[in-house]
Amino acid sequence: MGYIPSIGMEVHAQLLTESKMFCACPTRFGDLPNTNVCPICLGMPGVLPVPNKKAVEHVIRAALALNCQIAPVAMFYRKNYFYPDLPKGYQISQYGEVHPIGVRGFLEIEVEGARVPVRIRRVHLEEDTGKLFHYLPGESEVDFNRAGAPLMEIVTDFPPDLHSAEAAKEYLVQLRAVLTYLGVCDGKMEEGSLRCEPNISVAPEGSAQLGVKTELKNLNSFRAVVRGIEFEVERQIKILQEGGQVVQETRGWSEEGAYSFPMRTKEFEQDYRYFPEPDIVPIQITDEWLEQLRATIPELPLQKADRYRKEYGLGAIETRILTADIHTATYFEQCVALGVEPKTASNWITVELQARLNETNTDIRHSKLQPAHLADLIELLQKGVISGRIAKELFDEVFQSGETPSQIVQARGLVQISDEDALRAAARKVIAANPDVVEKYRAGKTSVMSFLVGQLMRETQGRANPQRAGEILREELD
Amino acid sequence: MAITLEQMRHTAKLARLELTDEQLTELMRPINALMEHFERLQALPLDAVEPTSHSIPVFNAFREDEVGATLARADALANAPEARDGLFIVPRIVEE
Repeated sequence: MGYIPSIGMEVHAQLLTESKMFCACPTRFGDLPNTNVCPICLGMPGVLPVPNKKAVEHVIRAALALNCQIAPVAMFYRKNYFYPDLPKGYQISQYGEVHPIGVRGFLEIEVEGARVPVRIRRVHLEEDTGKLFHYLPGESEVDFNRAGAPLMEIVTDFPPDLHSAEAAKEYLVQLRAVLTYLGVCDGKMEEGSLRCEPNISVAPEGSAQLGVKTELKNLNSFRAVVRGIEFEVERQIKILQEGGQVVQETRGWSEEGAYSFPMRTKEFEQDYRYFPEPDIVPIQITDEWLEQLRATIPELPLQKADRYRKEYGLGAIETRILTADIHTATYFEQCVALGVEPKTASNWITVELQARLNETNTDIRHSKLQPAHLADLIELLQKGVISGRIAKELFDEVFQSGETPSQIVQARGLVQISDEDALRAAARKVIAANPDVVEKYRAGKTSVMSFLVGQLMRETQGRANPQRAGEILREELD
Repeated sequence: MAITLEQMRHTAKLARLELTDEQLTELMRPINALMEHFERLQALPLDAVEPTSHSIPVFNAFREDEVGATLARADALANAPEARDGLFIVPRIVEE
């Protein structure tokens, strides 16, 4: 019997703001523990939280981009629990379906070449928790630098629209793309600024009911999301096939060991006793404010991909690479604006540039090879000033140094040789040095020509125009 | 709708109050008196009334996204029952 997995996604995105959600402490990470704290985020008596307007606007913009209905009035609630990651004894959050900023939206994803909507239940704003370390037995160490940083929660609708690990990953890829396009989150899963906690269940094919679900934590990369969900689906299917029952629980994922394990995080079943946060007045989202924010929403990844296909005739795979990240798309558009033919720009960016960026783990924004450099390089190549081989060498060099290609070419005399006499002299030299090969050519084995052209390229340090070189060699041999 | 001893135990646990059943039973009387007030409120026909969480008609009290002063670390940790290396030390409450 086959089983159908169903996956719900709960995603937490750290919002890109300078200061925390309810106080003026910096949101900067990596500082010494407990240095970015104040009486408000430490939950000292008598303090008053005041919401960060930019964080609220980030969430409204995200909710708009995710096609949500926006609450005319949004409210904060207190979610009460005892755990040392929050000093107040409660987290300021929004409550389920009651006045979160956005509800009932959807995000389009691409599954097997088709666009499919994934329904979103809600988008809400809350504060992040502090960080606990468990180094010594019997105690925990707490750093509150992150406590009170603005956090957006995005939850998919129920029953789930996602039915495979790959679809769940694609949801996350598209969500990350939208959030980074909006500039509301940097989307770094490895650093925890985008965290995903899927809940997973399996049910026999044809069953009207969903199975018992488990929630999976510690997924710190796209790879972990796929492997973790796949593992959990297989684990549950095996339990059911053996006649057992899945236990509803939270499980952790071990990326090193490639297995999930039961986690016990809180000491007993939660009873959060939500109630309206009395210290924060409601947020009224007027039509005027909404329209102002709507006007700031850029062209989103899938719209961009459609446009690149239509306007520039680019293929599905390259448009995906170009639009997966706003900075790659911007880079591409800058090249096009500099007059580079879109298809050519796309080839260089999705092949050569992506490879170098991946090898050196470089963010495209910090690439020393800027769009202007690439445009310069491509122009040199297309005008026949340099050969394709020199172009690739130059590419590597500029990627490392950030120098201007045309200046390097001039300084080093890398200009392509199309000059008849120089090429002919080099061709004769090659013919003289390779009598065996020349013999084969004359005997009718014309495939050795590519070897001779290669030798001629070597002779000229890659500066020969290969097409012209072949022609001259043939003339000399025949 | 009187509160039960079981609910009293649960409520005490949520508030991390260590109370004996005797003390809880004693506290049930004033709490039940309070519950009666709520019962009277609940009897009112308020279906058409939006819940009011804030009694003043004020909205959108925001701050701009600007960084301000933070506490010196020594001050932040000054009242902590236990601290070490700039970190708060708390009893472990995760089961091992």
